[in-house]
Amino acid sequence: MNEHVKNVTPETTDLSRRSFLVGTAATGLVLGYAGVPGIEQAAAAAPANFEPSVWYAISPDGLVTVTCGKADMGQHIASTMAQIVCEELGAKWSDMRVQLASNDPKFNDPVLGAQITGGSWSTMMNFEAMSRAGAAGRIALTEAAAAAMGLPPYFKDQLVVRDSIVSHPKSKKQMSFAEIVRSGKATKTFTPDELKAIKLKTPDQYTMIGVSVPQLDIPSKTNGTAKYGIDVMLPGMAYGKVVTPPVRFGATVKSVDDSDAKKVPGFMKAVILDDKTGTTSGWVVAVANTYANARKAADALKIAYDGGPNAKLSSQSLLDEAKRLQKLEDSGQFFVKDGDPNAAFGSAAKVVEAEYTTSINIHAPLEPMNATAEFKGDILHIYSGNQFATRSGAIAAGAAGIDPKFVVMHQHWLGGGFGRRLDADMMIPAVQAAKAVGKPVKVIYSRENDMTMDFSRPLTYQKVKAGVDGDGKLVALSHDVVSAWPTARWGIPDFLTPSVDKKGPLDSFTVNGADFFYTVPNHYVRAIKNELAHNATPSGQLRSVAPGWTFWAVESMIDEIAAATGKDPAQFRISLLDGAGKNDGGAQRLRNTLLAAMGLSGYGTRPLPKGEGMGVACVSSQERATASWTACVAHVAVAPSGAVTVKKLTVATDVGTQVHPDNIRAQVEGAALWGLSLAMYEKATLKDGGIEQTNFDSYTPLRMSQMPEVAVAVIANGEKATGVGEPAVTVVAPAIGNAIFNASGARVRALPITAEAVKASMKA
Amino acid sequence: MPTLTINGRSLSVDAANDTPLLWAIREQLQMTGTKFGCGAGLCGACTVHVNGEAVRSCQTMVGDVAGKKITTIEGLSAKGDHPLQKAWIAEQVPQCGYCQSGQIMQAASLLSKNPNPTKEEVVAHMDGNLCRCMTYSRIQKAIMRAASEMRTASATSNERRPT
Repeated sequence: MNEHVKNVTPETTDLSRRSFLVGTAATGLVLGYAGVPGIEQAAAAAPANFEPSVWYAISPDGLVTVTCGKADMGQHIASTMAQIVCEELGAKWSDMRVQLASNDPKFNDPVLGAQITGGSWSTMMNFEAMSRAGAAGRIALTEAAAAAMGLPPYFKDQLVVRDSIVSHPKSKKQMSFAEIVRSGKATKTFTPDELKAIKLKTPDQYTMIGVSVPQLDIPSKTNGTAKYGIDVMLPGMAYGKVVTPPVRFGATVKSVDDSDAKKVPGFMKAVILDDKTGTTSGWVVAVANTYANARKAADALKIAYDGGPNAKLSSQSLLDEAKRLQKLEDSGQFFVKDGDPNAAFGSAAKVVEAEYTTSINIHAPLEPMNATAEFKGDILHIYSGNQFATRSGAIAAGAAGIDPKFVVMHQHWLGGGFGRRLDADMMIPAVQAAKAVGKPVKVIYSRENDMTMDFSRPLTYQKVKAGVDGDGKLVALSHDVVSAWPTARWGIPDFLTPSVDKKGPLDSFTVNGADFFYTVPNHYVRAIKNELAHNATPSGQLRSVAPGWTFWAVESMIDEIAAATGKDPAQFRISLLDGAGKNDGGAQRLRNTLLAAMGLSGYGTRPLPKGEGMGVACVSSQERATASWTACVAHVAVAPSGAVTVKKLTVATDVGTQVHPDNIRAQVEGAALWGLSLAMYEKATLKDGGIEQTNFDSYTPLRMSQMPEVAVAVIANGEKATGVGEPAVTVVAPAIGNAIFNASGARVRALPITAEAVKASMKA
Repeated sequence: MPTLTINGRSLSVDAANDTPLLWAIREQLQMTGTKFGCGAGLCGACTVHVNGEAVRSCQTMVGDVAGKKITTIEGLSAKGDHPLQKAWIAEQVPQCGYCQSGQIMQAASLLSKNPNPTKEEVVAHMDGNLCRCMTYSRIQKAIMRAASEMRTASATSNERRPT
């Protein structure tokens, strides 16, 4: 669609194309990767007035400001980046500051080659780059200090860097970072090879990594000073309130009567969106001098719609279509194709089959979607909190009809992201309203807009068939996953995955997780796009994405097989995690994690009261290549009515290396409670083409009174740091479902779990 | 033009009487610590105090609070050092942080009346405040920590009182 989007190329780190510069600027010492000649053009050329690109700067007063290219939505990633830099740099934590990057391509993720935050990727993919940036700074400062102290260069190995001070114990000389910067002597440049050759600290030398330092963003989030996108105030700004049609997607505006809106004081204009990016359909934005007036004007607009092709669809019709597609032999593409399950089923001693479903789910971050657009000269400025600056800037440009290189994104803290802010729909009304009224415009969705126009977790239908041989060994498993394809919607080929049957690319963000670490000789996974759902309910990436549904099916089915063959479900999993072949390494880590969760929960150590049970699940979320090994034991009580009380969730996770232990616990606990909320409390439904739930009375995330005890065990075994924002979301629902079976004999196969479904299954 | 008494100051706002207090605070007075979450009194992000009571400012009209004492997160303490704010930092409560102004204001109205709440009383008082990041256990811990600190401070000041 445009240059920015074309250049979103997930690629491996290529430091050879870059050099690392250390030099003194007027404002202080700046350190970062700078482009070598030619790279600018290759990486979607930046507007002339973009900021210079730097990962961090040290000012003459000694403060170290790290620029974070990742969206911070509460995972404290900005603070984490600063912590990794700080470790190698040798700065004092109280000297560290953070700022959020603009969409300058120089701030692109060093591995992903774009500014996108998701997948629990940030720590693992930035750990090395931030470490090397910090180490290069320490080396430059040390050499400068040696020169300033009048020590010969070979004395530099005798210098000690700690707490923002470079000292020479023998001569008792020392200089602070501030003094070194002020001396102007730090001018070292690193070639790519020199940068690569820097010997990083070994874990036994860490003084910052593994320490729960105070998060740098937290104080501002206790006193009202943290600035989110919704808090942006610009001189002369107007406000926009969107009016969205009753149909989620496909409606068009036939006419707008603004005669009553004109009676609202401060009303300026009703703007019908002309969205050539295809992100929205049938939207109008009411613009006024205040948001209160914009809301009044929006309510006063009389809009006639053509409901479009999806106006009659419901959740049931999407599910019916999914079932129809799954039954077709030639549907979809293969994500995994090992052996021949169909042949194996023929000779299997026992075959177990089941269907699993998940409902539409809404992100509902507490900060409603918003964006502020301002045209200044040739440049379009966008103020928002967004997870995908590279693409969102391009969408904003598309809405404005300008080249993406003229868009500057001003990043803010995100009042919740969870994948919702990967999308850029909010840019479009802001841009077109600002253009229409000739003023900066801040568009804020009502909660009702936010809920009904979510890029939701799609409704999914999965059919799983398993074959067991005469010894009770799992020999075959075929797994069909039917859903809307959230990532295909982006239109970025590099985010799609070639199918193993060479039938074209598939959206692996619908099947990740189904390529598990259990040893099953005959294993098929088929990804089937539900085109009807794809068009009617444009889907997005909701915290954990595919593993949020694939593991619901896999981990429930593994339990069903264990029950059918009379095995303990935990022991059965351990037997499947034998680490054979391609599963070597990961399987053993997952087994160990499961054992840790079993140990911490007391699994199998004592009889439970009648009506109570424990269930296990273990997952390799997020992706096979980026897994954090996570296991859960759920302890539930099931009443004769079918009502389920989750008494305790015990979650163990292997993260390799802990950067910030307390933050890992916070993320894992939050993710586990998300998993619980999705398993028990959150359900959206489609009726007449529209999402029926409009606010927190009908869409009901977990509240404090519904919170069970949560125990978290973190395994840090010295492997590379992995991500923790999402994996624990995925393990909870199957653990609960399996616990319900253990407690009552009722097997539930649909999310969210309802008392009615439990009771119905108990009778059966 | 209604005049509001906010955080000890008397400020006139250019807003009709039927304007939600939330938007007058955020837009006219540019105090953005109070957040918009749902517009329906269902999430608690917009919680402020009116005469010491926690109210949802999205459901409170400007015309109804003229002459009453309004406190927002910006006015809860002089330097962001209310025992709850200190406890929120000590327990590292916020994740995205968007709901936390409302959580702190809701909790402050509990502790001003009940310096020694049970866990059940905390849950009952806080259940209307959604936290989408699910920081609930840390919120509970921080409230208990602040309550304890406030009781200690109160006991200390009582001891010092001349008899």
